[in-house]
Amino acid sequence: MDSLSVEHLTGIKDLTKKDIEIIFKTADAFKEVINRPIKKVPSLRDITIANLFFENSTRTRLSFELAEKRLSADVVNFSAASSSVKKGETLIDTVNNILSMKVDMVVMRHPNPGAAKFLSERVDAKVINAGDGTHEHPTQALLDSYSIRERLGSVDGKKVVIVGDILHSRVALSNIYCLQKLGAEVMVCGPTTLIPKYIDALGVKVEHDLRKALEWCDVANMLRIQLERQDMKYFPSLREYSMQYGLTKDILDELSKELVVMHPGPINRGVEITSEVADSDQAIILDQVENGVAVRMAVVYLLAAGIKRE
Amino acid sequence: MERQVILNSQHFGLTLNRLCYQLIETHNDFSDTVLIGLQPRGVNVLTRLKSKLESILESEVVCGNLDITFYRDDFRRREAPLIPSATNIDFVIENKNVVLIDDVLYTGRTIRSGLDALLAYGRPANVELLTMIDRRFKRNLPIQANYVGKTVDTLVSERVSVEWEELEGEDKVVLFTPDANG
Repeated sequence: MDSLSVEHLTGIKDLTKKDIEIIFKTADAFKEVINRPIKKVPSLRDITIANLFFENSTRTRLSFELAEKRLSADVVNFSAASSSVKKGETLIDTVNNILSMKVDMVVMRHPNPGAAKFLSERVDAKVINAGDGTHEHPTQALLDSYSIRERLGSVDGKKVVIVGDILHSRVALSNIYCLQKLGAEVMVCGPTTLIPKYIDALGVKVEHDLRKALEWCDVANMLRIQLERQDMKYFPSLREYSMQYGLTKDILDELSKELVVMHPGPINRGVEITSEVADSDQAIILDQVENGVAVRMAVVYLLAAGIKRE
Repeated sequence: MERQVILNSQHFGLTLNRLCYQLIETHNDFSDTVLIGLQPRGVNVLTRLKSKLESILESEVVCGNLDITFYRDDFRRREAPLIPSATNIDFVIENKNVVLIDDVLYTGRTIRSGLDALLAYGRPANVELLTMIDRRFKRNLPIQANYVGKTVDTLVSERVSVEWEELEGEDKVVLFTPDANG
């Protein structure tokens, strides 16, 4: 019998290696469940979960909602666009109002870094961070590492390069923590303007030449250029970015080995990755999406086990 | 804890043999029957029965493992969540005769969960239960086994453990009784 060392999932930084291993082992079982004729188990039938999305999301929200429903939880959804947040309500008030309706767990995406942690310290419900600004996106990192483990057998000792907009990416930060905890070596690659200044403090390698980075790694995780978060011009044009950092079939063919190609989505085809690569056998992009549901089921299940019965 | 062997390795083998012939009596050549072991310890019974049955019948018997963790009725009533074992049912159970297999039948709650878990795979023609040990008192639910290795009468404070040569070094069934002074 094992349980997580945390009460909430606000970031990978707080998890231990053992926590991640427990999540993966549980996710293995859920992956089998979601491939059955009846893809549902009754474990969480007395739990209510609120999905609070203060920022747009399609994949993550859908993935969480499916995960919760396949655990038989009751689910309520909320999006900032159509809510009282627009009328000036604070985060705590919004959430406390929702919790008064007897909600046991909150899955939240919010534009402010630290929002999930802030909430977890102030409300009486389990909190799962579904992305807080440019800080962390823990379930994405878990499903990325889970997908690497599935494809390559293990994460330990593997070399992973994260390419693109590291500066604005919560996926990059969570991935760095997660991969390192599992024993992988991590490199970040991108234009100087999109690499945070003190990133070496996290113990990652930095490379500005995509070809050199790919020659070094076993797995390449291609991030999306987040134009919506960029408050100024970080590179001259998308075309120039794509010429230098876009992953094409030609580049892959030049390499002496076969890489695993990942992308957290949504893909800008032709910018960070060409269609040919995205749809190739080397890409595990759709496996990542499938694993996302299993990993989120595992996280929700394990945290829900700590909800007290009245 | 006081240990008492209630089934030694010789009788253990005889009991497994008897269970095999009882299964054959009902299921003939197993063409419409599948055996499903409940994780974790029912799988040990299944593995042994499968090899015995296949050597008697000289044909393959379809077997799978079922994990019932997500169907348990004690989620959030325990200190920590149970981490599941693998489920491995890569055949269709629709309209088949299913024999659920476990090592010890006691409260009946595991079997209740197993029946629920089984239905996620389809609608079997009928379901039977085989257990190595039936602790016949203190059943919590109206559940009975069709095939029983040995019936034992025990107290709630006692524990019955089915042990295997592969795992514990010897085939036997042990009854653990707490010492008189607690």
